[in-house]
Amino acid sequence: MPADTAAPAPTHPDGPADPVRLHVVTGKGGTGKTTVATALALALAREGRRVLLCEVEGRQGVARLLEVDDLPPRETEVAEGAGGGQVVALAVEPRSALLLYLDTFYRLGRAGAALEKVGAVDFITAVAPGLRDILLVGMVYEATRRRVDGTRGSGGTEPEADQAPDPAHGGAPAGGPVPWTYDAVVLDAPPTGRISAFLGIGDELATLAGGGPIAGQAASVARLLRSPATAVHLVSLLEDLPVQETVEAAAELAEAGLPLGLVVANRVLRPVPPVPADAEVAPALEEAGMAAGPAREVAAGVVDQGAARALAVTAQQRHREALAGLGQPVADLHQVPGALDLAGLYALADRLGEQLP
Amino acid sequence: MTAAAWALDALLDDPATRTLICCGSGGVGKTTTAAALAVRAAERGRRVVVLTVDPSRRLAQALGLVDGGTAEPRPVAGVSTGAGGSLHAAVLDARATLDALVDDALPPERAAQLKRNPVYGSVAGSFSGTQEYMAMERLGQLREAALSGEAPWELVVVDTPPSRSALDFIDAPARLGRFLDGRLVTLLRRPSTPRAGLAAVPAAVAGRVTSSITGGVAAVMDKVLGGALLRDVQALVQGLDVVFGGFQQRALTTSAALAAPGSAFVVVTAAEADALAEARFLLERLARDRLPTAALVVNRATVLAPGAAHLGAEEAGRLAAVLEAAGHDRAAALLRLHAELALTAAAEAAAVQGLLGDHDAAAVATAAARPVDVHDVVALREVAADLARS
Ligand SMILES: Nc1ncnc2c1ncn2[C@@H]1O[C@H](COP(=O)(O)OP(=O)(O)O)[C@@H](O)[C@H]1O
Ligand SMILES: Nc1ncnc2c1ncn2[C@@H]1O[C@H](COP(=O)(O)OP(=O)(O)O)[C@@H](O)[C@H]1O
Ligand SMILES: [Mg+2]
Ligand SMILES: [Mg+2]
Repeated sequence: MPADTAAPAPTHPDGPADPVRLHVVTGKGGTGKTTVATALALALAREGRRVLLCEVEGRQGVARLLEVDDLPPRETEVAEGAGGGQVVALAVEPRSALLLYLDTFYRLGRAGAALEKVGAVDFITAVAPGLRDILLVGMVYEATRRRVDGTRGSGGTEPEADQAPDPAHGGAPAGGPVPWTYDAVVLDAPPTGRISAFLGIGDELATLAGGGPIAGQAASVARLLRSPATAVHLVSLLEDLPVQETVEAAAELAEAGLPLGLVVANRVLRPVPPVPADAEVAPALEEAGMAAGPAREVAAGVVDQGAARALAVTAQQRHREALAGLGQPVADLHQVPGALDLAGLYALADRLGEQLP
Repeated sequence: MTAAAWALDALLDDPATRTLICCGSGGVGKTTTAAALAVRAAERGRRVVVLTVDPSRRLAQALGLVDGGTAEPRPVAGVSTGAGGSLHAAVLDARATLDALVDDALPPERAAQLKRNPVYGSVAGSFSGTQEYMAMERLGQLREAALSGEAPWELVVVDTPPSRSALDFIDAPARLGRFLDGRLVTLLRRPSTPRAGLAAVPAAVAGRVTSSITGGVAAVMDKVLGGALLRDVQALVQGLDVVFGGFQQRALTTSAALAAPGSAFVVVTAAEADALAEARFLLERLARDRLPTAALVVNRATVLAPGAAHLGAEEAGRLAAVLEAAGHDRAAALLRLHAELALTAAAEAAAVQGLLGDHDAAAVATAAARPVDVHDVVALREVAADLARS
């Protein structure tokens, strides 16, 4: 099979071509994958660009974060990008993925219903998670390769088919390929513990797919994933377990030939200047109008808090060094004080946008 | 807060308390809480075993759970035994537990064959819920050992797996039951000529399911999944049937025991919207199933230092500006930090209040966020002290 050049660079008129079109965001559970994936989609959606944000865990985290209604299993516009583009979101779920898959590739829409009747969808989810995963990833793959005129490859089984796009279609620069429906696709992926299996790059899928027709789909997806059109970003907190998992995941992904992107250090604490003694703070508070007694107490309290913060910052810096040691660019996202609301989310998107390569 | 404080020590000191289960969504501090409760109970004179799931490497080191064989409880050093208690700890190894179940249930040859099945590894590794089932199995084993008086412990504290959903642990036996009784599995369970794969099944089950549906399904599955996979899956289902049949029986016994006096659930949460929503679900679910909830633990809470606790975010911001203008930059920075912390503490309190709302059945306990990870017995003791104080 000829090497798949996967996704050609986007042909968007406003701005330099970014080779990366599929951004996979993973990390240990709870480190901020959904937050970072959403912020990244907002950051990438600038100057009229359209970005698809895919959620696969069935948690509706994106909807909650963007303060919109639960996402249906079809592409839905959800937000303005940080720079005037458009973010479209999609909750990919196994049931509709399987039915669509059967219909698209086998013209088996009705058999799909029968499958559902005997619980085959649940069965696939339970016994063959590898198959469920390839269905989910297949949906993301399909969206990544779709063009504005509705053409696409066969969805993966014959990817070389769309290496010769028809230049006659409107909207493309003269002689260039038809533009992609989405300038970028961001995947809020499962946690690092399951990412290899999810992306189908472990041995697991090879065994599971064993020659079945699903293997063709898996192979096309694997080519896209291993191409420069993909970047896998790792989100980490600056704590023991997340850093440990990030380091392990980076090795595993690199081993599998997946292109690593950013390492995102999330919830970075704002450092404090060297903490003064109570004796310096109390008189300053008195000078600012506080009575002597309360000033002494408050001084003791804020000095303790400052010392604790200094300790925490030192620990974070040590963990950040471990992340930097991976050799990938590290992007820092600050801890948003108070509750993380839309304003805080857009602030994270701006901060991330500044640090994109 | 409307909720009652947690009488933790009374619970730990009551010899009738035999099982504590820490549950909650991933990363909130279930392992930390389980270990902290275990340390405190042991130091107050109980003979305790704690089953941890995914402890951080440094916590595992502190508990003596690093080299080989950590699935069997080992004594933990550094815990004071002055009150007559003791602490053992183990790590949950889902694969080893499942392997042992297979070995117990099947003759050696069939067990070996099953473990060689290519799908077995995938099921053992990622069968949605294997960890939950095996956590339940281990809990049952540790309890039995305690009841028989053979084991050196009489109080079992368990941590639960980082499930997609915090409910998975209690749902595991029922879900497994549904799975085993499902029509498709019933269908796969029937032996058929290996070469023909699932397509041969319809004839065998013609009386049960109309063959037009089944035939269609079989054809589609054969086409989509490939015959080799189906044959492996079928062999696996036939093998696991025996294993899980026995397992399910025990899991049901264990989950019944969890409803009886002597067991209590501790719901752990972070003071953040998502974790709190999950905790609320869990509290409601436990109440509906009449499972005893001991407390809601709000872990890693932003707790202001006592002297400054009454100083609000806005006032701190105003003071910081005054101090800056007067050239007291370092003091000003501390007031800015305080404003940030006070804002976060207030947001957290509002989130917890919002979660509890009308749900004030459970006691609430808070553990402060420590500046560094909790990875030794000293820090575990402090976390437990926070919980006992609230
Ligand atoms: N930079 C940040 N500042 C403050 N809170 C954050 C930040 N990033 C994530 N969070 C919070 O952390 C929690 C977990 O984030 P989430 O994106 O849902 O993680 P994941 O998808 O990895 O499970 C959420 O409550 C979220 O609001
Ligand atoms: N109160 C706390 N203060 C500081 N760090 C904590 C606290 N509780 C837990 N941690 C840290 O948070 C991380 C996750 O905790 P863990 O107990 O392993 O969570 P879970 O078992 O729910 O996944 C660990 O690194 C742990 O040390
Ligand atoms: Mg998420
Ligand atoms: Mg844990």
